[in-house]
Amino acid sequence: MPSSEDGLPCNRNTNEDLLHKLRKLLPPEAVLTDKEDLRPFECDGLSVYRRLPLVVVLPETFEQVQAIMRLCHALQVPVVARGAGTGLSGGALPLSDGVLLSLAKFKRILHIDPENAMATLQPGVRNLAISEAAAAYGLYYAPDPSSQIACTIGGNVAENSGGVHCLKYGLTVHNILMLKVVTMEGELLTIGAETLDSPGYDLLALMTGSEGMLAVIVEVTVKLLAKPERAQVLLAAFDDVFKAGEAVGAIIAAGIIPAGLEMMDKVAIQAAEDFAHAGYPRNAEAILLCELDGTNAEVSEHVLEVRKILQQSGATEVRTAISEAERQLFWKGRKSAFPAVGRISPDYYCMDGTIPRRQLPHVLRQINLWSEEYGLPVANVFHAGDGNLHPLILFDANKEGELARTEEFGQRILQLCVEVGGSITGEHGVGMEKINQMCIQFKAGELSQFHAVKAAFDPAGLLNPGKAVPTLQRCAEFGAMHVHHGQLPHAELERF
Amino acid sequence: MSGRDISETLQQQVHNAVGNGTPLKIQGGNSKTFLGRETHGEILDVSAHSGIVEHDPRELVLTARSGTPLKEVEAALADAGQMLAFEPPHFGDTATLAGTIACGLSGPRRPFCGSARDFVLGCKLINGKGEILRFGGQVIKNVAGYDVSRLMVGAYGTLGVLLEISLKVLPRPAASHTLMQECTQTEAISKMSRLLSQSVPVDAACYHAGHYYLRLSGGEQAVKHAHEHLGGEVIEKSEPFWHSLREHHLPFFNSANPLYRIIVKPSLPPLDIAGEWLLDWGGAQRWLVSDEPIGLIRERVAKLGGHVTQFRGGELNTEIFQPLPAPLLVIHQRLKSSFDPHAIFNRGRIYANL
Repeated sequence: MPSSEDGLPCNRNTNEDLLHKLRKLLPPEAVLTDKEDLRPFECDGLSVYRRLPLVVVLPETFEQVQAIMRLCHALQVPVVARGAGTGLSGGALPLSDGVLLSLAKFKRILHIDPENAMATLQPGVRNLAISEAAAAYGLYYAPDPSSQIACTIGGNVAENSGGVHCLKYGLTVHNILMLKVVTMEGELLTIGAETLDSPGYDLLALMTGSEGMLAVIVEVTVKLLAKPERAQVLLAAFDDVFKAGEAVGAIIAAGIIPAGLEMMDKVAIQAAEDFAHAGYPRNAEAILLCELDGTNAEVSEHVLEVRKILQQSGATEVRTAISEAERQLFWKGRKSAFPAVGRISPDYYCMDGTIPRRQLPHVLRQINLWSEEYGLPVANVFHAGDGNLHPLILFDANKEGELARTEEFGQRILQLCVEVGGSITGEHGVGMEKINQMCIQFKAGELSQFHAVKAAFDPAGLLNPGKAVPTLQRCAEFGAMHVHHGQLPHAELERF
Repeated sequence: MSGRDISETLQQQVHNAVGNGTPLKIQGGNSKTFLGRETHGEILDVSAHSGIVEHDPRELVLTARSGTPLKEVEAALADAGQMLAFEPPHFGDTATLAGTIACGLSGPRRPFCGSARDFVLGCKLINGKGEILRFGGQVIKNVAGYDVSRLMVGAYGTLGVLLEISLKVLPRPAASHTLMQECTQTEAISKMSRLLSQSVPVDAACYHAGHYYLRLSGGEQAVKHAHEHLGGEVIEKSEPFWHSLREHHLPFFNSANPLYRIIVKPSLPPLDIAGEWLLDWGGAQRWLVSDEPIGLIRERVAKLGGHVTQFRGGELNTEIFQPLPAPLLVIHQRLKSSFDPHAIFNRGRIYANL
C-alpha cells in the first residue's frame, strides 16, 4: 500500500477500492504501485517539483482510458495525464492522492495521408518521429521544440509547443486538424476534423495548450507541410546585443519572414560553442541565426537581402552555411544551448517570457542590472523572431538561499514581461511553476472565466486540479507575499 | 490613433439587458446578417466602437476596436506594405473587423497561409455578466491561460461582445502571378492536391467553369521560376477575378437556388450531387448551387467526413450549420453558459438550442 509521500491524509478505503478496480480494468503490468516503479513518474522536466502519485496506469486502448476515467470520476479521484514527461513547468506533476495516467503505450503512427498532407498519430508518438516518417513523401511536421527527440505529440498539443520555426510556421495550434479526447466523465469526443474547419466552436484551439486540464488526448491528426526546396542559414556576429536586436526589426521591416530567427548572448554563445563546437565566434557579444527557406530562387533572393541588412545593422561578421552539414551544425549549437549552459553551472533556471520585440533592449538591460544585483549570471537565448525570451539564470542549489534568490529574480523578469505588454509564458506553459505569475497577467474576472471554461469540460474538477489557473484565494495570498518581498515600487513606504 | 472608445456604454447596455432579461442581437456593419440562423433581440450596435488602437509594422501586430471597418484596417496595413494574410471576404462595404472574426471567415489564401483564427493573438470582450475581460495579448507566442481569443473566432457573437482584437499581420508578397489552365474537375482536384506536397510559392488555387486557376505569390524570382516550372497561361490583372471569387460576385453565386458551403478533404473526387460546383481552397472548400434537399446533401457529405453549411437561401426551418453530435453539443451548451449565463447574446444564431 503506497503512502502519500507528502503526508496528506488519504482515504484508505477509497484507495483500496480504486486499486482493486483498476486491476480489474487493466493487465497487471499496466498498474504500478510499488515505490520504485512510481519513482520515474515523480516529476517532469522541471525536477524541482517532485511528488509520488498514488498509482500509475498505462492503458493502451481508448476503452481502457474511458474505463479509467469513469472509475476515477465515480470515486472522485483526481487524474493527471502524462506524455514523455519533458514539460518544463511541472504540468505533469502527480498528485499523491491521484492517478497518474501515462500515455506512453500509445506510440503508433496510425496513418500518413500524403494526398491531403496529414498524419494520424497516437499521442505517445515522438515529435521528431513524425517528420522522419513523413520524409518519404517529401513532407514534414513543422513545430520543432528543442526536446523534439523525446517529447511526444500529445504533450505538444497539451502545451501548444513551439520551437525555432514559429514565426513562419506557427505553433502546435496552427498545425493540427483533429483530436480524439476522453473527458473526465469518460466520454470519447472528436474535436476538429480531417478538414480545414469543422462546425461549432473552435474547441481545437481551446484544447491546444490547455495543459491536461480539459480532457485527455488519445489521438492527434496533424497537418504536414511540403519540405522546402532549400533552407539556408546565416550567422551574424555583433559587438553589441542591441545592434543584434535592431537587425531583427530591420529584417522584418524589409518584408522578409525568416523560417527561424534566433539570438544568443555572449554567455550562451560560449557555453554552446564549448559544448557543440558549432564554430560560433566566441568573442561576439551576440549572434543571430537567420534561416531562410522556400524555393531555390526565393532563398537566393532573400539571402542576398538579409546579408545586406545584417551588414548595415553593424554585424562584425556574416557567414552563410556552405553545406547542409554546416547548417545543421549552426543549429546544433542553438538547440543544445540548454544542456550546454547546464555544463557551466551546477543549476540553471530557464525562464520563458514573451515581449514585443521593440522592448528587447529595455528588457535585456534590466535583466543585466538585476543579474548584477543578485550576483547571478544569466545566459540569454531568444527566439528573436517571435519575441520569446529564454533567460537562463545560473545558480547553485547547494548554496544556501540561492534557489530562493533565483526564483525571486525569475519572478521579476516575468513581471517585467507583463509590464512591457508580453506574457509570462511563450511555450513552456504555466503548470505548477508559473501559477502565481498568472495572478500578475490576469485579473479576477479572467481567472474566474478560465475556471468556468474548465468546468464546462470537467464539472467535477478532477483533471489535473491545482495547475495552470490559480484560485482567487491563491492570488490574494500571492499579492500579500508580493508586498512582503518588496517587489512593489516604493515598498519602503507604508501602505494602508 | 483614431476612433472612439464606447466600451463603457456597451458594457452598460449589457448590464441593462441582463437586468431586464432582454436578449441582444450584436451588430457591426450589418453585412453578414444573412449568415447563420435568424436571431431576435434588441440590437447592440458596436459600429461606433471603432479605430485602430495600435499598429507597429515591425512587430507584425495590429490591434483595433471591434467596429473598425475592415476596409480601414486593410488600408492601414497596405500603407505599411502589409496585409491580413487570411484574405477575409467582406460581403459588403460596411464589414467590420469583429464581424469578420466572429464569423471566422477566410478567403482563397486560407489553405496555404492560414485561417482567421490562426492570426488572432488576443481580444478584449464583454461576457454575459457584463465584465470586460482580456485574453491572449499582442505577442505571437503566448500560452498563459486557455485560448479564449481563438474560441471567439466563428462563435458568431454567442459567447461575448468583442471589443478589441489583436491580429498577427504579414508583409504583402512582392509579386503575384495568376495562371490558368483548361481542364476537368477531376484533373483540377488532382493538380491542387499535389500542390500540398510540393515546395511552390502558391497562395490560392480554385476551379471554376472548366478552368483551373493558380495564384503564385512571393519574391519576383521565386514567382517567375515557379511559373516556368508549372506552366499555364498567365492572366494579366487577375486581382478582380480573385476579388469576385472571395466576395461571391462571380455570376456562379448569383443563382435562385440555395448556395451550400461544403468542406471536405482536398483530394476527394468530384461529389455526386446534382448542381453547379465551384472549388476553392485547393479543393477543400467547395461551393454548390443546387435544388437537392439539404438532408440528402448533408448525408452524402457526412459519409465522406465533411460538413455542410447552408450559406445563402434555402429552407428557413432547418439547421444552417452541420448539427453536432450529442456529447459535443453538451460541451457547447456548457461553454455558452460559462460565458453567457443568462443567454442574452445572439440566441440561436449557430444552433437552435445554443
